[in-house]
Formats: sequence, C-alpha cells, structure tokens
Amino acid sequence: MNWRDFRIWGLAPAWVIMALTLVLPIGIVVLVSLSIRGAYGGFDWGLSFDSYAKILFEEDWDGNLAFTPQYLAIIGRTLWLAGLTTLICAALALPAAYVIAQAPARWKAVLVYLVTLPFWVSMIVRVYAWIIILGNDGVIEKTLRGLGLVADMDSLLFTNGAMLTGLVYSYIPLMILPVFASIEKLDPALIEASHDLYGSRWVTARRVILPLTLPGLMAGAVLVFVPCLGAVLEPILLGGGKVMLMGNLIQTQFGGGRNWPFGAAIAVTLMGLVMIFLMLNALRARREVSHA
Amino acid sequence: MERKKAIEVQNVAKSFGSFQALKGVSFDIYDNEFFTMLGPSGCGKTTLLRMIAGFESPTAGTIRLHGRDILDQPPHKRRVNTVFQSYALFPHMTLEANIAFALENLGWEKARIRDRVAQMLDLVHMTPFARRRPAQLSGGQRQRIALARALASEPEVLLLDEPLSALDLKLRQAMRDELRALQRATGITFIFVTHDQEEALDMSDRICVLGAGEVQQIGAPNEIYEDPENRFVADFIGETNFLPAEVVSVEGDRATVTTPLGPVTTWHKGAVAGAPAMLSLRPEKIGMEDQAPGEALHGTITGRNYMGGYTHYTVTVNGTELRVSKRNAVSHGASLAIGAPVRLGFRPDSARVLAR
Repeated sequence: MNWRDFRIWGLAPAWVIMALTLVLPIGIVVLVSLSIRGAYGGFDWGLSFDSYAKILFEEDWDGNLAFTPQYLAIIGRTLWLAGLTTLICAALALPAAYVIAQAPARWKAVLVYLVTLPFWVSMIVRVYAWIIILGNDGVIEKTLRGLGLVADMDSLLFTNGAMLTGLVYSYIPLMILPVFASIEKLDPALIEASHDLYGSRWVTARRVILPLTLPGLMAGAVLVFVPCLGAVLEPILLGGGKVMLMGNLIQTQFGGGRNWPFGAAIAVTLMGLVMIFLMLNALRARREVSHA
Repeated sequence: MERKKAIEVQNVAKSFGSFQALKGVSFDIYDNEFFTMLGPSGCGKTTLLRMIAGFESPTAGTIRLHGRDILDQPPHKRRVNTVFQSYALFPHMTLEANIAFALENLGWEKARIRDRVAQMLDLVHMTPFARRRPAQLSGGQRQRIALARALASEPEVLLLDEPLSALDLKLRQAMRDELRALQRATGITFIFVTHDQEEALDMSDRICVLGAGEVQQIGAPNEIYEDPENRFVADFIGETNFLPAEVVSVEGDRATVTTPLGPVTTWHKGAVAGAPAMLSLRPEKIGMEDQAPGEALHGTITGRNYMGGYTHYTVTVNGTELRVSKRNAVSHGASLAIGAPVRLGFRPDSARVLAR
C-alpha cells in the first residue's frame, strides 16, 4: 500500500465511526420524518411530506388544510429564547472573563476551574436546584418574605423567566471559557495604548477590547445558542411543560404524542435551523479572515 | 536664555514590595530635547517612563508636565503619548484608523482628522499603505506607524520605550537617523528609554544614566563617555580598563595617583588624597608601537580579538592586563602576534581618576 492509498484507507476506522454515529442516526431520523404515523404509535415506512406540512398547516374535519401558526410560534419562541439566552450569557461572560483574565496567575487556574465546576454535576440535579431556589416557598420567596419585602407573590417557577434563568445558568460556562481565552490572548499593551491615545474606559472597551474578543464571543455564541435550541430539561422542569419549546415538543411527540414522524420532522427542521446559523457564522468568520 | 522645562521629576521613588526600583530620583527635561534614559535592565528606567505616561504611580515624589502636577491625571487625560516596545498597533484597524484613533478621542472634526492622518502618513513615508492593517507590515513599517500614531495629536512629550529593540541591526541604524530627524522636524520633546548605549550616544541631546534605582549622571553623550561621574558610568558606557590607584595629591579638578603603570596626573571625580581610587583608561586611548604617545610602556601581547574594523588586544604590562583597541587602518595590515613584545603609551589627560 503506498502512502497515497494509506492516506485514504488509513482513515477507514474514522469513516466507519462517523458513518455509524453521525450519518446513520441522522439518516434514520430523516427517513422517519418522511414516514407515516402508525395506527398504534410508531411508524410505517413510506414517503410522505405530511409531517412537514403539519408544522405549518392543520387538517380540519373535511380534510382541508388550513394555515396554523401554532408550531411556528413554538419555533419562534425557541429562537427568541435561545437568542436572548445567548445575549445575556455574552453580557455576563465579558466582565466575568475579564476579571478572570486580570486575576493573578495562581487565582486564574482556580477561577477557571470554578467556572467548569457545574459540569461535574449532573445537568438534571443542577436544574432541580433551581426549582428549590425559584419554587413556592423556595429560597428566594422565603428570603423576600423574611425581609418583609413582599407579603404574597406569584410563583417564580414555571415562567419564561425561570426557563431563561435555567438556560443562562446551564450554558454560561460555554460562553465564559472562549471569551476568557480571547481576552487572555489580548496584548495588555493594546489596552494601555488605547488609554495612552486618550481613550476612556468606555472607548477602550467598545473600540479595542470588544472587537478583539469578538472571535471568542462568536465561538461562545455558537456553543450557547445551538444547545439552547434543543433544550429539553429547562422547559420541562422550569417551564413546567406549560411553555412549549422545540426541544420538549419533539420529546412529547416521541413520548406522549406518539407521533414519531412529526417529532422527526421537527427534529430535522431544528437541525436545518442550526445548520443555517452555523453556515452564516462560518461565512462571517471567513469574511473576517480575508479582511485581516 | 532659560529653557522651558517640559518634565520635572522630583524625588520620585517606587517600591515593589521590599524591592526599591527607584530611590528618589530628580531631574528636569527641557522642551524640544531628545532625552534618553539609559541603564541596565532593572534600573528603573521603564518604570519612570510608565509613570510619566500614567500606567504606574510613584510611591513618593511628584512629576510635573509643563509646570502642572500630572500624577492625579489618568493616562487618557495626559497630553503625553507612548511608542510601545511592541508598537501595540490595533490589529483590527487600518493604519489610517490607528492614527485617527487619538484624534477621534480628542473630538477633532472629521475633515481635520483626515488632513492630519494624511500629513502623518506622509511624514513617515507610509501614504501608500493607508488602508493596510498592521499584520501586513514589516517591523520597520510598524515602527513608523507607531510613531505617526503617537505624534498625530502633537503631544507635549513623546515617550519611546525601547522602540528599536525589535528591529534587526541594519534597520535599527537607519531608524536612529529617522527618529532624530523626526524629533527635529516636529520639535516635540522625546524621552527615549534604552539599554543600548550606542543608541543613546548616537541620538540624544542629553543622557540620564540610571543604575540601581538612582541617577548616576546626566549629561551630553560626550560628557557621559569622556567624563564619567563614577565607576558605574565608566563601566556601563563603553569599555574601559580599571587600574587600582593610590591618590598622592589632589589640586582642584586634578589629582596625582600612583598606578601599576606609574604615576599619572589627570582630571578626577571624587578623589581624596591618601585614599584608594581607580584609574579609568579607555582601550582606544592607548596607542601601540609608533602611535604610542607619552611615556613608553613595554608589554607583551597575551590576547587578540579581531572585530573587523578594530582589533582588540590584551596586553600585559608589569603583570597588569590592559585592553587596547587598534583601528585596522590598512587592509591585511601587519597584526601583532600573541607573545610579541609591544610598546604602549597614552596621554595622561585621556585617563580619569574615579573614587573607588
């Protein structure tokens, strides 16, 4: 076997693993989304776009299709919540990462470790913790009542706010770490140069620090936005299942709804959205490189 | 005519923990001066420069800029700009934008900024590169843009933090001339920090030699080299032979000492009759063979380093080793072999007696 052949066939194990773990499952999901719902749950193989049509249209009793915004609203809400989570994460991560980057060397390692600490605990446990904090008679409510600030209050749990809090909490480390990395790389002389050239703190943050940490922010945005689109635990546990997002919509279709083809169609749509987002980001990154 | 003081450094001290980086230094820098702070690393020169810029504050003392105390002003309020050692050009901005940055922060009008940027690019011969980014430039070009950026707002003082150290030798020499010309053309006070004595001697109006957190000597380049104030300065600037000496008598500025080379009467700094001292004798002040002035000394060549333009010989005279440098005036001229006897001489006035 010559070197050229080896370069192709030597990668065979990697191709096999990719095929088994990436191509095959996605292929199955796509096939299921094109199938027909089985009479007793499950699905019968077929080729039908009914499930995709169902995202936009509803079949009335006479078999006519009528436009329904029901699922679009869920998709819109998911995009909105994921976007908002990403923005809040970015706004919180920038100062946090800056503080870590400025810390003395021996503290730096400890602070980075603390940021990653939540990953050592199961996601479910961490989300449950927020139920204890936000719930009726929870930590926040008891504290506020104890201080005499409120007599009675609406539940904080099972709201958009609770979901948002959970999402920000879950994914913010994925924003802090890349932003920290890009701030670390930032030459401190550049910040001094900005001050030296009459740049106030605000000017320095806006015109020097922000643009130079943008690659880190964009990487963080991808890492936060993409999993937020498919979040399941937060809408179920903190949204109380009252607020539907794409993640728990899919989960419901495969579970209680017993409409696998429809669940698969939504999953494929979600994947499409993610890919569009990633492609836009890649285009932007390439434009940036050609500028530099 | 009394010249206007641009910077007054008064009793400035700085401690980092128990380490005293600066032990209360004072000096004045005048308008339109090319002033160099020279010293080995750790002598406090960069700390001093960063204090003038506002990036560090002294533990004690004051710094005035044209008579005003500036220590309570943050860096962005001081009409002082810095050329950083790494240049610190903003990598995400074009060269134009880099130069315009300070002017925008000062609130200049758009048209005025445009004119000024064009003028600065022209001054450093970089006009065709206006739209490029720093990554597309060579080291020398970056240096020029850093200068243009720092000079654009016509600061009261320009600070230069070892700006030539990142360049290769040839470029460094060319940039010395450019820096000097730029200072003359703009009339702005330059405060230049370096550990390279050659740079300092070449460019400066005055040099401040710093050592161990103290001012060792301030003076014109030739004063620093020819009339060093003390042993530190004589040792740090250029090369010299230190000979142990005993002071026989002192008369005003002149002292007579006994040395291993015999008695010498010459200018002194801090010599006290009867006390031990040092005779500093630069290698190029010693002549060999037919170029030996004064009383003849007889020695033996014990070492030889060929440097191209010069040959450095080590000559042992009465058990004392002397470094002697000889210009290679003729190509493939006769050179003295190791072990050969040699006649040496020097003018006593070229040597200096320094306190030990």
